[in-house]
Amino acid sequence: MTGGKFEAAHEDLSERRVRLGRWLFRLATLLLIAVVALQTLDAAGVLTIGFANWRPVLYTYIFWGVALGSSQILTRGEAGQQAAFVLPALLFTAAMVIFPTIFGLYIAFTDWNLNAQSGHHFNGFDNLRTLWGDSYFWNALSNMAIYALTVLVQYAIAFGLALLLNADIRARKFFRVAFLLPFMLSPVAVSWMIGKSIMENRFGPAATFARAIGWENPAFFTSPWIARTSIVIMDSWVWIPFIVIMLLAGLQALPVDVKEAAKVDGANRWQSFWEITFPLMLPVSVTAIVLRVIFELKLADIVINVTAGGPGGATDTISSFIYREYRDRSNVGYATMIAEVYLIIIIIFVTLLLKALGRFMQKMT
Amino acid sequence: MSAEVANGVAPRNAPISSRAAATGAHIIERVLIYAALALWTFIALFPLYWTLSTSFKLGRDVTQGHLIPWLDFQPSWKGFQSLGLSPDTIFAHSNVRDEFLNKFFNSVICSLGASALAVVIGSLAAYGLSRFDYKFGVWRNKDISFFFLSQLILPPVVLAMPFLILYKELALLDTRIGLILVYTLMVLPIVIWVMRDQFDTIPNEIEQAALVDGCSIWGAFFRIVLPIAMPGMVAAFILSIVLCWNEYFFASLLTGFDAQTLPVMVASQTGSQGINWWTMAALSTAAIAPLVLIGIFLERYIVMGLTAGSGK
Repeated sequence: MTGGKFEAAHEDLSERRVRLGRWLFRLATLLLIAVVALQTLDAAGVLTIGFANWRPVLYTYIFWGVALGSSQILTRGEAGQQAAFVLPALLFTAAMVIFPTIFGLYIAFTDWNLNAQSGHHFNGFDNLRTLWGDSYFWNALSNMAIYALTVLVQYAIAFGLALLLNADIRARKFFRVAFLLPFMLSPVAVSWMIGKSIMENRFGPAATFARAIGWENPAFFTSPWIARTSIVIMDSWVWIPFIVIMLLAGLQALPVDVKEAAKVDGANRWQSFWEITFPLMLPVSVTAIVLRVIFELKLADIVINVTAGGPGGATDTISSFIYREYRDRSNVGYATMIAEVYLIIIIIFVTLLLKALGRFMQKMT
Repeated sequence: MSAEVANGVAPRNAPISSRAAATGAHIIERVLIYAALALWTFIALFPLYWTLSTSFKLGRDVTQGHLIPWLDFQPSWKGFQSLGLSPDTIFAHSNVRDEFLNKFFNSVICSLGASALAVVIGSLAAYGLSRFDYKFGVWRNKDISFFFLSQLILPPVVLAMPFLILYKELALLDTRIGLILVYTLMVLPIVIWVMRDQFDTIPNEIEQAALVDGCSIWGAFFRIVLPIAMPGMVAAFILSIVLCWNEYFFASLLTGFDAQTLPVMVASQTGSQGINWWTMAALSTAAIAPLVLIGIFLERYIVMGLTAGSGK
């Protein structure tokens, strides 16, 4: 932050203007409530207006948002103008997240199946009980722990690559672009390019290479641990550039005089890395690792498209498991319950992770 | 010792023999660095090369493991022919090409639309959070920022099912506008993160002068701050395009046919048995080509977007 923040000037707004603003907001709110009520009654079969869909509510919400912004400007002057900056994003996110989240909680406690003819019913904690006894869920969850742990390996490789790029080299621009490119590709394309063709058992170059170094019948997706490793390799291939870029930016921002000091002292490079570079890079490292773990917890595309969770759930992630639960069994209620539980686990995990890292950082500095 | 070697400066008073040894170590080190760089460049680029070259191969070239065109195998247009994109089929009618182009433009429209929407509302919010003090009930700037950024944690699966059912009720299922809204939500936290960093680096004395001259805060924002913040906006926009273009999870759940995007098409082809390698390779090549070009020519902006706020 440079300088202080702007304060809204106090101005004398005419009473008529303020009153107009208030009425605008009240009217818009009334309209919104009325449309929601009408649609609800229509959907419940009390009224027979015959709405084709719920779009009227959507349009009224947009109108309500506009009215809210205008009434802020009318009633509060410059402070209202300031609020108008953040309102669009706030209203958008609120509508897109809060409503589906509440709705999702409702779905999670029903036996909603899209194929069922009998509709859906509230079934209390049945879904939770099923989940507790579902070995596939626990299996997927433990896989997530493994996948999240591999972030540390990715980080180590990425740190090495960032150091290489930061060394005194020619054609740095070329290497930077080359290292970045995997990150640009869609995981779905990577699924075919690497998972389905390069790692193909008969003709894939990876299989040819594996045979050449003495693995007789290379198969990258048939035994659990090899399959998991293959998924991790693809995932790392896509995401290592992300960590490299963040670490490289950190390395380039390091104060030059600190490094010079290390050299004058005659410390060898290994020591100077562990005693100077690495500790100075800790803040950037922590940011990179936390972001990477958060993204890793969403891992789905590659697993869905290469192994579909197989063999026997060995490579399953929570996301790919839910995807199959929905795609193959149309089990919306149960799938949503898994998603909600997973969200709670993630929130707890990330909070604990941030706390632990915060404490760790304090100890280091 | 070796730290000195990095600069190529051997100790001034060292005997000749040790200076020669230092130069030797120096050369070995250079060789090792370039070898490591070359190895990783190979790892990063080989899958791209493999996909591109396979799209020009025939079945026997694949099974015999040929790698180098003209030397190993004779390139053929077979792969792009099946997509209707080869020189001899480009002007003829082709259903596959129509389908491909349809998905391609869906991807283009969804990525551009969502990125534009996210950059517009995200920049406004980021500017507000960077410059003004908000008080919405108990919510202050910090809480609002946290609210936006916490959306990053939300895995798509949590919202996917409710969206599916809500979109059905709103008649937004299988529409581009529906996908644009979801993607905007997905990239908005990142845009706000990048843009806040950008606005924080612009000293606000610049606007102060404009405000004194009688400019409104919106006028000062549009006429003075936005032009300065342009690089950040471009970076946020391009990063958003990359993320939207590659998105698969929502696209596969929320679209059926009309609004299907390229990743869904690639995935559905991957799943089908007995698809020709050259067709898949050509399809993958066409799907990743725009992003590879972005990566090569706009690398600066992607790096800028990814490193926002981490250099401090």
